Amino acid sequence: MSQAAAAVETGIHAEHHEDLNFLHKYILPLDHKIIAMQYIFTGMIMAIIGGYFAYAFRMQLAFPGELVPGYGLVGPGEYNMLVTNHGTIMIFWVAMPVLIAGFGNYLIPLMIGCDDMVFPRINRLSYQIFLVSALVLILSFFVKGGGFGGAWTAYPPLSSVAEYNLTDWGSSLWVLAVALEFISFLLGGINFVTTAMNARAPGMKMMDIPIAVWFIVIAVILFMASVGPLIAGAVMLFMDQRIGTTFFLPSGGGDPLLWEHLFWFFGHPEVYVVLLPTLGIVADIITVFSRKKLFGYKTVLYTAFATGGLSFVVWAHHQFIAGIDPRMANIFVVTTVLISIPLAEMMFSYIATLYGGSIELKTPMLWALSFLAAFLIGGVTGIYLGASALDVYFHDSYFVLAHFHYTFFPITIIGMFAALTFWFPKMFGRMMNETLGKIHFWGTFIPFNCIFLPLFFLGLAGQHRRIYNYQHFPDLATQELQNIRIFATVSLVVMLLFQLVFVYNFFVSMFKGEKAPDNPWRANTLEWSTSSPPPHGNFKKLPTVYRGAYEYSTPGREEDFWPQNVAPE
Amino acid sequence: MIEYFILSASSFSGDIDNLFLVITLIIGFWFILVFGALVYFTLKFRRKDGVKAEYITGEKHSETKWTHYPHYAVIAMDVVIIAANIIVWVNIKQTLPPKDNLIRVIGQQWSWSFVDAGPDGVLDTADDITTVNDLHVKVDETYHFELQARDVIHNFSVPVFRLRQDALPGRTIKGWFKPTNTGSFDIQCAEMCGYGHGIMGGAITVHTKESYDETIVQIKNGTYESHYQKRMGTKTPLPSNTSHTEGHNSFAVLLASIF
Ligand code: HEM
Ligand SMILES: [Cu+2]
Ligand SMILES: [Cu+2]
Repeated sequence: MSQAAAAVETGIHAEHHEDLNFLHKYILPLDHKIIAMQYIFTGMIMAIIGGYFAYAFRMQLAFPGELVPGYGLVGPGEYNMLVTNHGTIMIFWVAMPVLIAGFGNYLIPLMIGCDDMVFPRINRLSYQIFLVSALVLILSFFVKGGGFGGAWTAYPPLSSVAEYNLTDWGSSLWVLAVALEFISFLLGGINFVTTAMNARAPGMKMMDIPIAVWFIVIAVILFMASVGPLIAGAVMLFMDQRIGTTFFLPSGGGDPLLWEHLFWFFGHPEVYVVLLPTLGIVADIITVFSRKKLFGYKTVLYTAFATGGLSFVVWAHHQFIAGIDPRMANIFVVTTVLISIPLAEMMFSYIATLYGGSIELKTPMLWALSFLAAFLIGGVTGIYLGASALDVYFHDSYFVLAHFHYTFFPITIIGMFAALTFWFPKMFGRMMNETLGKIHFWGTFIPFNCIFLPLFFLGLAGQHRRIYNYQHFPDLATQELQNIRIFATVSLVVMLLFQLVFVYNFFVSMFKGEKAPDNPWRANTLEWSTSSPPPHGNFKKLPTVYRGAYEYSTPGREEDFWPQNVAPE
Repeated sequence: MIEYFILSASSFSGDIDNLFLVITLIIGFWFILVFGALVYFTLKFRRKDGVKAEYITGEKHSETKWTHYPHYAVIAMDVVIIAANIIVWVNIKQTLPPKDNLIRVIGQQWSWSFVDAGPDGVLDTADDITTVNDLHVKVDETYHFELQARDVIHNFSVPVFRLRQDALPGRTIKGWFKPTNTGSFDIQCAEMCGYGHGIMGGAITVHTKESYDETIVQIKNGTYESHYQKRMGTKTPLPSNTSHTEGHNSFAVLLASIF
């Protein structure tokens, strides 16, 4: 295996590092750093679409029936389509490409000290399939009947029968897009794991690998192990839609619950697939900005393995009241609540890392700490929903919605900003503006809480999800509840406006920012030992590793950091 | 705590509210502890010139106890939560108390049909009472329901009862409730069911014995006015133009008005 990998590697060496023309450098790249940027930029564009959808349907909720400025009228069908595709986009076309494919691609080779991914061509192919999947999804919004509106969970028979969903081709293209995206990430995943296991710099032992790399690798393993059943499910769904099979249709002997099991068998691990990369990135950032060794490196690593393993046996907590045998729920309550054990331990370790530190609140650190705070709310509210008896009330309510946005928003949006602001100097060779960075941080984090905290209370009051206009439900049509909806929407608009600060800071810094030194944050990991931005091939001379990634403030040393590649005196 | 936001009106809604309270106390404790530590450390250990951070590996026993002991406490509290939950769950979902009445609830795109088995307690007999989007029940009596769906998955949801249950095409799912307060309340569909999901509502009216009998007589002789429609007519303070011009709404209302 390692011989084969070495052979592949030398194969790349020969053709890989000379100067390339524009087409081969930016459009058809083999360089992992450029592919990473393709993923990140595509993901950010999709995030804008997903955010725009959220804007449109939140405006409809706050001011039902009014024209939404910049969108138009949001009727019931439109509303369903917006919500469905908002959810789908944010998870499959933002969280996955930016955090896993984007930063995974960028960081793995640099952090383990090699010149590129082991399979650069597969890497390129994976992005190309991903791009096609995004285009297919966007196409689905414009076909006759409009985009798919049956929720991101796509429960059949609604999703499988055109007479029920009224979006014949919209539904099929949606399934096709999701399936293509899975194929793209399967290809990418193979590459990530192989690279991290086989191409590490000499001297880098398993326990010297930075947590960010470890967690991305665990995430793709979880993804690859869980997605198989859902790909099979997607094929069956597509056949139900297009050639009239009845895998999920009871009148033809099928069973809609089958889809729910296939979907959530993948769907639950999937939330840890997107969670782990951010947790890893946050671990690296808090150690750098508190100048501390990570508290219990091995414990943190093992808790991630435990969480990943447990995530395969909790899926039916999404189906407590879906018509499964109620006795089965008890088992899934136990496994679900048990997940709190490794995750709490991990959280304690992160916070213990801050203890005795020398903390500097630079922008990336603010994002990392705010991730911990927000994710803490998401995590503890998950306990309510893991209790099946409470799910009898909370199922498909805004309480669930608020809970999972307190996990997904920190993971996706906060995690993305943490990573971007932290590695920006390395990626573009220039520093971002700190003041603008902090304005953007507070302008995002405060409104984020103003949007989603109130939604917990709407959930407590009985408000259910995916409803375009609550006036059809007199108990929910009171002025007090409507005021809460308006407050959340106004907060969203404020938050969206503050994103302009980021866009400005990002692009102006990219071209005009202060030149970044190789190691502006005085960090230990290998990517900081090469130039900013790294050359094609990453390192002038491939590094040798002498120690773990977290030797900060080591006693007996002048400096408070000790890069992995610096030979001991 | 939930009862502060919405009336608690069934025999088990109090149990659910109490379970919520128990869990709130437990996780509230953890939240304050962990959040407090996060904020305190961030403020206390700010960078000072000339002061180096401590070197703590978190691998010695004297250090790991700081994460391990809280960790054991988490396990203990998990056991409490699981036990409390199972007690409530078994009562609501795994046991069927003896019934006073039997109804069938059918979800379809996009309305609810209700069949009350009537005095003989047997469905599909001549004394059945059928209504659309309007369910009438008697206070303090135990109802068994048989839940069905005609087309796609729906979810029969009565928030004041703390009751939600998916309705699946091709199956009949049994459940129960026992109303404890009189009044008219929302019925929702809490599972995405297509274009009209947002209008798929209904009204459940919990009656005293007398007013129930009166209503049944009205239904039988055709002088009855749908409670769902009455509620929709009087309690619509929110501005809207989409819903009133939108075709599927009038379909549901039309169906409801037949009865
Ligand atoms: C930009 C800020 C965001 C806002 C204001 C927002 C708001 C909302 C709201 C109000 C809904 C529910 C609408 C309804 O049920 O009627 C929703 C659904 C959803 N959101 Fe978000 N969201 C945001 C970001 C995100 C992110 C970052 C993710 C995930 C990575 C995400 C994932 C989802 C999912 C999966 C759904 C469920 C879709 C469905 O019901 O099929 N959202 N969002
Ligand atoms: Cu429905
Ligand atoms: Cu529905």
